[in-house]
Amino acid sequence: MSDNGNNILMRVEDLRLYFRTRNGVVQAVDGVDLDLGYNEAIVVLGESGCGKTSLAKAVLRLLPRNVDTYSGHVYLNGTDVMALDDRDFRRDVRWVKMSMVPQAAMNALNPVLRVGDQVAEPMTAHYLADKEEALAQARRMFQHVGVPVDFLHRYAFELSGGMRQRVALAMALVTMPNLVFLDEPTSALDVLTQANIFNVLKQIKNELEVSFILITHDIATSSELADRVAVMYAGHIVEVSHASLFFAEPLHPYSRMLMDSVPRLKVEQEPTFITGHPPSLLGPPSGCRFADRCPSRFEKCAEEPSVFEVKGHRVKCWLYG
Amino acid sequence: MSVDIRNREEEVENETLLDKGGYEKLSGALLSVRDLRVWFELKRFGFLHAGYVRAVDGVNFDLHRGEAIGIVGESGCGKTTLMKTILGLYRPTEGEVSFAGSEVDTFGSQALQSYRSSVGYVQQDPYGALPPFMNVQSILEEPMRIHGIKDELERDRRIRDVMSEVKMTPADDFLNKYPHMLSGGQQQRVVIARAMILEPRLIVADEPVSMLDASVRVEILRLLQKLQDSHDLAVIYITHDLSTVRYFSEYIFVMYAGKLIERARVHELLANPLHPYTHALLEATPDPDYQNALTQKEIPPGEPPSLVNPPSGCRFHPRCSRMIQGLCEVEIPPDFEPEPEHFAACWLHR
Amino acid sequence: MKSLRELTHYPSALMGLAIILALVVLSIYALASMPYSEAVRLWRGGEDVWYDRPKNAAPTWTNLFREQKLPTTITMDSRDESIEKDIEVGAGDMTNIHMSFEFDYPYHGFPREISIFFNAEFERKQPHVSITWLTPDGREIRIADKSVGVRESYRISQDSTLQRRLGGGVAPHQGLFAVDPKADDLVSLQGTYTLRIEAVVFEPEADLDAEVVIYGQVHGIAGTDHRRRELSVALLWGTPIALAFGLLAAVGTTMTTMIIAGVGTWFGGWVDALIQRVTEVNLILPMLPILIMIGTFYSRSIWLMLGVLILLSIFGGAIKIYRAIFIQVKESPYIEAAQAYGAGNFRLIFRYLIPRIIPTLIPNLVTLVPTFVFIEAALALLGLGDPVLPTWGKIISDAYNFGALYHGFYYWVLEPSALLMLTALAFSLLGFSLDRIFNPRLRGM
Repeated sequence: MSDNGNNILMRVEDLRLYFRTRNGVVQAVDGVDLDLGYNEAIVVLGESGCGKTSLAKAVLRLLPRNVDTYSGHVYLNGTDVMALDDRDFRRDVRWVKMSMVPQAAMNALNPVLRVGDQVAEPMTAHYLADKEEALAQARRMFQHVGVPVDFLHRYAFELSGGMRQRVALAMALVTMPNLVFLDEPTSALDVLTQANIFNVLKQIKNELEVSFILITHDIATSSELADRVAVMYAGHIVEVSHASLFFAEPLHPYSRMLMDSVPRLKVEQEPTFITGHPPSLLGPPSGCRFADRCPSRFEKCAEEPSVFEVKGHRVKCWLYG
Repeated sequence: MSVDIRNREEEVENETLLDKGGYEKLSGALLSVRDLRVWFELKRFGFLHAGYVRAVDGVNFDLHRGEAIGIVGESGCGKTTLMKTILGLYRPTEGEVSFAGSEVDTFGSQALQSYRSSVGYVQQDPYGALPPFMNVQSILEEPMRIHGIKDELERDRRIRDVMSEVKMTPADDFLNKYPHMLSGGQQQRVVIARAMILEPRLIVADEPVSMLDASVRVEILRLLQKLQDSHDLAVIYITHDLSTVRYFSEYIFVMYAGKLIERARVHELLANPLHPYTHALLEATPDPDYQNALTQKEIPPGEPPSLVNPPSGCRFHPRCSRMIQGLCEVEIPPDFEPEPEHFAACWLHR
Repeated sequence: MKSLRELTHYPSALMGLAIILALVVLSIYALASMPYSEAVRLWRGGEDVWYDRPKNAAPTWTNLFREQKLPTTITMDSRDESIEKDIEVGAGDMTNIHMSFEFDYPYHGFPREISIFFNAEFERKQPHVSITWLTPDGREIRIADKSVGVRESYRISQDSTLQRRLGGGVAPHQGLFAVDPKADDLVSLQGTYTLRIEAVVFEPEADLDAEVVIYGQVHGIAGTDHRRRELSVALLWGTPIALAFGLLAAVGTTMTTMIIAGVGTWFGGWVDALIQRVTEVNLILPMLPILIMIGTFYSRSIWLMLGVLILLSIFGGAIKIYRAIFIQVKESPYIEAAQAYGAGNFRLIFRYLIPRIIPTLIPNLVTLVPTFVFIEAALALLGLGDPVLPTWGKIISDAYNFGALYHGFYYWVLEPSALLMLTALAFSLLGFSLDRIFNPRLRGM
């Protein structure tokens, strides 16, 4: 579903990614459907272990060696990129049409290369430019993300955390992809730096017309960028809706309890917490996966809920059936 | 929180003041920090002097029994160094930290051990704070072993008491588990249990929940609050997240570039921030509201200053939109008190 | 511990463990069946210890690979009940003793030597013997008539008179077994042979026993060396020595290195700097030449060598590795927490810092064992081995000195080498698997 109608950049259908581990099969992404329009930002909200990082890896095909199941469809501009073989995917899709700023990206910069060269590298690696043009493009990206251009010649350790994160963002944007995944882009950063980065992201969204998928557990900061919100729990997407609807009144019990647990600065509201913990993705329970922590559970919850469309939200919950 | 160290006249021996009797008698501040400066020397080539990192550069405050204060600031502001100095891990370069009236720096080794048992430390990273090769039982026994609590029954009793206080019951289910077998929340409870096991008077908590999931944070913070109430503990929360601080402390101190630039009661500070930096912090901290995505936030330009060569005068002046020319960059502002019990180190309030 | 259970996932580890277990069992057997003094005595050798073994004989099982089986050693003692010994009391004080030694010879080829060892009991008059040889095809050959002393060794193979009598210019031990001693192509005759000894003793209490040894070309489970010593003794006894040496050196070195690295890293400053400089100097020092010098000028005792070796290895490259790990671990939050609750320096080093290094330590230790085992063998080869102990290296050293490869006695070199390599293999397999268990990041590889 998307209100962009025919303006859908990416559609994910029944995406599954399971890992084989010594203790069994971890069903990290367990049948996810998601749409993303052009120049749209969607937030995937969820706590640790819900599978949201695996979702990004699944779409970008950044798979480890112990994959058990990898199936589903990812339609990018109408083409199913899941059907491409690895070589074509690497050449034509990854970092050309979609890219990622991984978690703690600021620590993932190569310490022995100048940052300008690192940002330029995706251009040369994908034969989109020669060295000169690549550096020029890197320079342009630095300007977009707000890093002074003379920092092109510096090394990673000479930059502050916020600067490094912006460099990582520039690296993800340098090939002008349509879609950028952001995995916890500001979790290690201070409040002011975080606000800065989001300012940059908002600006880039306007100037470059990029779409973003923001993966985070921080509900408050997610509202800084979100056009739509998707809540992930135990490998499933349990709610998707517009930001204006979601932050005012989430529908799924889990979303509700998550919102209630956020301490608020401007409003006097004592936050609560959710008892228990998410189910293990190793053989998750049948039926609704949130049922045992849900205050509104009833008998039907023993069956896996279908997805219902209610007031502009898509909710995976029998309460709305 | 005016300074009153009149109890200095009751010069009591270091050791006795720190025992239970001493606490009951305590009238003044439990912890008193005066003009504290903690500077680290920079050396080039291992021996050439190359300046000082002025991590803490003139901090004053008092903390009383049962009080909770939150120290808020961004990374590099010196709050971690301040905390570690209070814990006794660093020594003051100038100024003093006094506990129950006696300067910590002057403590002999016995008094220092006693002090260590009076201050509990809760760290940010719950997994890193626990030795991965010790099980919960050993972890909780270590502080007791070090402080010479030899009686096994006594140790066992304390362990069980503290485990039930952090709601990890039945204790036997957890005692022989290793840290990696516990969830983040459980690990943090063990850290708190360990901090409580020597029956401290003061707890220093460094970002105690920032590495935990959102749904667990409130639980842990509530736990700390409950412990504070039931044991009449003084608590210092160190954090960079203003939105949690308001629920769990009475006072907020804002730290910038090694100095405390604003101090007030929570509600007062949040309703009426006096220092431009505090104002910026409040603006930048989002509440979940979809309007956020539509607007750019106003943020002071630039970055926190280097602690080696801090700016002259008010440390914040290069970034301040309301800087007063000729004053702010020349002289360091003292603490003004424009409202009762609300201090701001800013020339705007002279 | 769960790590031990993890080992079962690795077949290479299980194989390594199995081999080590076999070696340990072998060591226990060696120590149980032959105490130290006994082993040294045996290895010193001497005519009375190994007299009935051939020189440089290959192991018996090599016959499995031969179509034409070579002879093994045949020993017959008249004191055995299986040998016919008739005592016939004659006139006066004379007594006739008939001894008949019958044996099967189904082999091709000829024995190395034939000897008869007499043990006589008498007071003054020496017994007199008459030795005859009966071949399967009915020939009777007179070997010798002589008188014998109390302990007399009669080496038939060296009897030149007999040799001339047999004709054909062939040595007696071949001539006696040949179909036709004078033929150009010597072929041994298979069948049942008998050696008869007719002895006369001249005193009533006198007695005579004989031990006939027909020295084979193959002997024993491991063959023999140039001094007739059964290699199995040295191979067997070498096992506990190799294992003990390797383990003691590895454990001693590793433990000490760990403690030194820990203390140095913890205290930093000049302590650390001093240790690092000492290490760097030590890395340059050549170990083997120093050991050679000590061995040549001072003493070659294996315990001394072990001690010096450990001393030289303590400040080895491993210190740098452990230090790197310690420096990282030192920054861990839990160490800081321990300082905050009052842990003292040494408690922090031994109880908080060192346990973190054990996952690296154990695989290192295990893979270090074969290194030291090889060093011991190398020292022995260079002539610096312990002079009295039978070790694998000693065997190789003897083999080298006595031209084993030149003469074609391959088993002499191959057997100890095989054991050395087996030990190395076992510990390496185990060590690599342990490494993968303790350092899970390597698992993907």
